[in-house]
Amino acid sequence: MAVQQLGVVELAEKVGGALPESLAPDRPDDGALWVNAPKIADVAAFLRSDAGLDFNFLSSISAVDYISHFDVVYHLTSFSKRHTALMKTRLDGRYELALPTVYHLWRGADFQEREIWDLMGIRFEGHPNLKRIMLWEGFDGHPLRKDYL
Amino acid sequence: MSIRTEPMTVNIGPQHPSTHGVFRLRVTFDGEEIIEVEPIFGYLHRGTEKLAEERNYTQIVTLTDRLDYVSSMINNQAYCLAVEQLMGLEVPQRAKYLRTLTAELQRVASHLMGIGFFLQDLGTLGTPLMYAFRSREKILDLFEMLCGARITLSYSRPGGVFFDAPEDFWPALDQFLADFHSEFQELEQLVLENEIVMVRTRGVSLLPLDVAINGSVSGPTLRASGLGWDWRKMAPYDAYDRMEFDVPVATGGDNYDRFWVRIQEIHQSIRIVRQCIQQIEPGPTRADVPLVLRPEPGAEAYGRVEASKGELGFYLVSDGGISPYRCKIRSPSLMNLTVIEHLLVGWRLADMIVTLGSLDINLGEVDR
Repeated sequence: MAVQQLGVVELAEKVGGALPESLAPDRPDDGALWVNAPKIADVAAFLRSDAGLDFNFLSSISAVDYISHFDVVYHLTSFSKRHTALMKTRLDGRYELALPTVYHLWRGADFQEREIWDLMGIRFEGHPNLKRIMLWEGFDGHPLRKDYL
Repeated sequence: MSIRTEPMTVNIGPQHPSTHGVFRLRVTFDGEEIIEVEPIFGYLHRGTEKLAEERNYTQIVTLTDRLDYVSSMINNQAYCLAVEQLMGLEVPQRAKYLRTLTAELQRVASHLMGIGFFLQDLGTLGTPLMYAFRSREKILDLFEMLCGARITLSYSRPGGVFFDAPEDFWPALDQFLADFHSEFQELEQLVLENEIVMVRTRGVSLLPLDVAINGSVSGPTLRASGLGWDWRKMAPYDAYDRMEFDVPVATGGDNYDRFWVRIQEIHQSIRIVRQCIQQIEPGPTRADVPLVLRPEPGAEAYGRVEASKGELGFYLVSDGGISPYRCKIRSPSLMNLTVIEHLLVGWRLADMIVTLGSLDINLGEVDR
């Protein structure tokens, strides 16, 4: 059986039932589960531990700079249930951006969160070793941002 | 009587022949035993994702060549699949088969290199490495016939492949397959049941399955820990849905198993290549696509393949322009390094380089 992407309606129902007010309303209808930024680790913990969802594998974390805001995108996979999901969150503004870490749920987040801090300038609260990864300490700026030329 | 020891910190790399590129490990030893490991990389960081934002969709193919540079064919394929998903492009059948065939040849070449250097790291001083390179060289010759390049191939393009294979490619491929059988057998007989290889690698640097999954490990490294997860089977792309092949799995998760899985995967790749030769039919090799692609504003796609090192993904976001607004590369080598601390701490200096070799990382892909 091939891997399917889990429908967002079904996913939102489950998450919304277990963790009220964790989901962000009025977000684009793009097949992603839109989560309120401060709740991202709670929702991730639910997605990982819920027996019916069992997202045990974090494929990737990406950040996208939209100038007025940043989106952080999580690609998740469940090896046991053979499905994938897309989780997103939005951070408004450009300064002092922070998001709870998912390091303690998926160790695979370690380097990716460090990379997003390094290149995009989003901090991950609770990450035990959040330092630059591609560039050196003391480098000025975050080069994947749109205003870094 | 006990001897008092003091911890000593040693830098392995970035200029070290066994780190497979400009990779640095800061290791703290207590005598022979490793007590702390910190991987440091970024020396080869070229800002590929930033560069991609300045180029059009077709030009970016050449950037993907320079990620895992011993596996360019698969990088091209992964990127093109993401663009095709973004644009809703349909790829002609012949192109799908050519991509599948070349990706498998590339996997053989990449695994040969992985195995060769793994054995070199064990101290085999050249012979198995040269055996591996003898066959890899012939694969590069085949690629040269296809697209004129040997390493930076850019053979897959959005919508298909660059050129159809020339007529003399097919007899050359048959000849390669005929030779490869005995050449690879020679290598296998030399090393697979070799007592020294077994003693040095069996039971060393164990990677339990739960640690592997939690650390986002994929590819042969994951399969050596006991889970037969392969994106070619789980979400077939190109012509893989018509291919019969097995996914080799080992359960020990030690250095030997990671090496063994790669050897077995080479056999399966050759099986797929043979099926491609049988099934491929004449036809166009590229969809009718403009040179400059403009996806819908707001469109996004995540194209992923089972690359030779694991799950390689391209996450593309479009703003309607001729370049991607964002091009994120999910690199298997980087993610597989997450577990390096787990693999090394508690083991000895002499096993360290071997373990690193068993992960088969590529720094072009780690640093991007």
